[in-house]
Amino acid sequence: MEKNISRRDFMNMAGAGSAALGAAALAVSCAPKKSAEALVKEGLKKDDSVLETGKMEMRTAGNGEQVSLLGYGCMRFAMKKGEDGKDVIDQDNVNELIDYALAHGLNYYDTAPVYLQGLSEEAVGNALSRHPRKDYLIATKLSNFSNWSREASMRLYNESFEFLKTDYIDFYLLHSLGRGGLENFNGRFVENGMMDLVQKEREKGKIRQLGLSFHGNQDEFDQLLSLHDKYHWDFIQIQMNYWDWQHADGKRNVNAEYLYEQLDKHEIPIVVMEPLLGGRLASPAESVANRLKERDPQASMASWAFRFVGSYPRILTVLSGMTYMEHLQDNLKTFKDFQPLTDEERTYLSRDIADIMANFPTIDCTACKYCMPCPYGIDIPGIFSHYNKSINSGTFPQSKEQEEYSRLRRAYLVSYNRAIPTVRQADHCISCGECLSKCPQSIAIPSQLQRIDAYVEKLKQDKL
Amino acid sequence: MLKKVRITLGVICFTAITLMFLDFTGTLRLWFGWLAKIQFLPAVLAANFIVIAALLVLTILFGRVYCSVICPLGVFQDGIFILSMKKKGKKQTYSKEKKWLRYGVLALFIAAFIAGLGSLVAILAPYSAWGRICQSIFAPAVQWVNNLLADAAVRKGGYGFVTKEIWLKSLPALVVAAATLIAVIVLAWRNGRTWCNTICPVGTTLSFLVRFSMFRPLIDTEKCVGCHSCERKCKASCIDSDNRKIDYSRCVGCFDCIDNCKVGALKYRFAWGGKSSGNQPSKAVEATDKGRRAFLAGSVVALTGTALHAQTDDKKRDGGFAEVLPKISPDRSVPLTPFGSEGVKQFYSRCTACQLCVSVCPNDVLRPSGDLKRLMQVEMSYDKGYCRPECTKCSEVCPSGAIVRITPEQKTTWKIGTASVDFDTCLASVGTASCGSCSRHCPVGAITMVRKDPSNESSPMIPSVIEEKCIGCGACENLCPVRPVSAITVNGCIVHHNENN
Repeated sequence: MEKNISRRDFMNMAGAGSAALGAAALAVSCAPKKSAEALVKEGLKKDDSVLETGKMEMRTAGNGEQVSLLGYGCMRFAMKKGEDGKDVIDQDNVNELIDYALAHGLNYYDTAPVYLQGLSEEAVGNALSRHPRKDYLIATKLSNFSNWSREASMRLYNESFEFLKTDYIDFYLLHSLGRGGLENFNGRFVENGMMDLVQKEREKGKIRQLGLSFHGNQDEFDQLLSLHDKYHWDFIQIQMNYWDWQHADGKRNVNAEYLYEQLDKHEIPIVVMEPLLGGRLASPAESVANRLKERDPQASMASWAFRFVGSYPRILTVLSGMTYMEHLQDNLKTFKDFQPLTDEERTYLSRDIADIMANFPTIDCTACKYCMPCPYGIDIPGIFSHYNKSINSGTFPQSKEQEEYSRLRRAYLVSYNRAIPTVRQADHCISCGECLSKCPQSIAIPSQLQRIDAYVEKLKQDKL
Repeated sequence: MLKKVRITLGVICFTAITLMFLDFTGTLRLWFGWLAKIQFLPAVLAANFIVIAALLVLTILFGRVYCSVICPLGVFQDGIFILSMKKKGKKQTYSKEKKWLRYGVLALFIAAFIAGLGSLVAILAPYSAWGRICQSIFAPAVQWVNNLLADAAVRKGGYGFVTKEIWLKSLPALVVAAATLIAVIVLAWRNGRTWCNTICPVGTTLSFLVRFSMFRPLIDTEKCVGCHSCERKCKASCIDSDNRKIDYSRCVGCFDCIDNCKVGALKYRFAWGGKSSGNQPSKAVEATDKGRRAFLAGSVVALTGTALHAQTDDKKRDGGFAEVLPKISPDRSVPLTPFGSEGVKQFYSRCTACQLCVSVCPNDVLRPSGDLKRLMQVEMSYDKGYCRPECTKCSEVCPSGAIVRITPEQKTTWKIGTASVDFDTCLASVGTASCGSCSRHCPVGAITMVRKDPSNESSPMIPSVIEEKCIGCGACENLCPVRPVSAITVNGCIVHHNENN
């Protein structure tokens, strides 16, 4: 409940936000003004032609491989209902996106056996195998979460080659290390001999680069980093964005600033996941959006977040789960003729902007769906996303005294019922706790669901 | 002139009442609710003497204008009749009153009423019949259109339309409503107001009074040329123009004949006495009924929910939804009747099965019963939602006094049922998961969590109902994770009671 700030605090914060906004407006108005066109001419600003003429920013991996700074996260393709009512990936759509991305110089594709209900690897393999193997780099993972046996792990490993239609994997990751510390690492990879196996496969060239993806606290990170001498991590994947840079909770997560500094010190290339915090940095609260739009009315919210992470030289690639063509195009515009942020801009995002965001009682869900399916059918990411959206869009009903309260109340309740079928809403959560260990963001899912349930109940009874 | 006034008022009443049934948001009832309360049979059942007296006075003064203006089923038949008269060569002829049928049906109706056969009463009651037709046949169509509009609105970022799930509330009610609709349309198309003058118990009752009504259409035998134009267009077939007589017991006060008389021989005048009688062919409507069980079993087949991908291997997968089985109502030895209905007997002796409460229930709790003893009369169940504490809509709309007006504050002081736990299926008791959902959601704190094994400090906690505190709202039953039949279910109270009695 630590995030459940009081209504008074929330109102105060909203007021402070608008005051700060005024100050920012003053500051901007003092700066010399230049037209957008003039900025384009000076190469300070981009227009759409960068899509065709621009050059993709490339970084160099430990083995000299050239990697595009924008990587394709294959966890968020659009799903559709198949003939038997089950979810399937729209392969044509995936082909179209990947063809376009490849044509524009994006060559890093990140998938995993568990993504998209287990359908991601195959869809990505189908799309990529239509192109010459040398044109793209594949990253996939050993996602042996539920069954640590060698047989189960080997099956995942072998299936990856099969689904991806390849005989080598460019970047292979031990999926989601950190939580559970060395005990978890030893259980999943050492005791069953998988660590020996992947090292041998690396020597044989079946795995080109070996790394891990990390979710956890500082101690857990330090432990894994101390194994670098023994295993030599070719790269490490971390969650990094201008929010996490300094605003991790410290108990179960760690500031990205710390992770970056450590990895930089060890000269380990970094793959960035969640640069947009599950899309939340792409649609931040209105007061945040206004401040960024005042700095540059043409820049998308996402472009700020991408430029933030891309500005750090140790970053090898930045993964983005681009569901639709417009996401892909907007991102390509950012990463072609890439313009790093200045130190001042980076500080502005990771300190000023993130501080404002810290005052909104949103839930840190990135909609990764690792918690799903909930055995009781609750739509956990859907509920959180609806709640966050309401807060960020400034339509969050807070009290009867609020202006337009009754309209906001109605909009919240109606949109809640539309977004989530009643049997999958928060009130049906029984707090069994199955989801707790699965959440990489360490969200206390059941208690957050109960908080939302209590809030909705108050709204329904009109007793806010 | 009189005809125009009649048509205007009739159309207004009819439209307002019909819209009230179709408006599932329950806003129109705030303005038009009184129209349901001035309906004859509901007023009788509600013992609303002012309305009854007013209707009787109205009839004694002006004839059966109730049937031409206030009764929605009557106005509907007029609409059908007008359409049928567009056919060339169609003409009405005088027929004699079919006394044995009229009085037979009325006697049956009264007998059923006294015997407490609510469902038979409900089938014959005209306003309720119209309500059922609206609720089970027209409302789903309206809701479907609404849902389309809601989709469109949301694309534009508006939440003006509330999406409403369309579901079959009761097959028997739908069948009865459809049969009634067809019968009424066929009868009205062929002969106008046959239903009203043979089957309708309200029509028959009012016909006793109309024989003494003060104002009525009178034939001026001096002026009448015997052209039959009045008779040919009389929807009640009650004008015997050969004998210059009108059977006032069947005249519904539509004033058509006055306009139709080209020689001005028909006038609406103050008069006493003068009557004739006749007979009419008849049709009776019979209800088919299917067992509630059969219906429920059928609805299970039509279940929704996303299927979980078969997890044959031990590879965990991210995303997707677990299947959620639809709930099935448990068998309740005592039916659940709404807060404000004061008890099962009280409720079923007054409910005319008009479905107005079903139409406005926002939580999908109320539905027509499939039980033979109270077919189509309303009952509650908690498979789709529960009786939420802030809602008193059904008590606000009920025209027949079956549900007495209550406030949300009063609501939590009444007890309409009692929950009980089935420890053979309860997740917490079986040990599948720690749950406590029922306890957390009980609005009156009637469910406590207790140790399953009192001697063991770390024993799992199981729910236990404090019967006296439980009000029977069904939050526990609806939110219980056990499906299809909840592990905690509510049984009705024969007599509802509150803290004071």
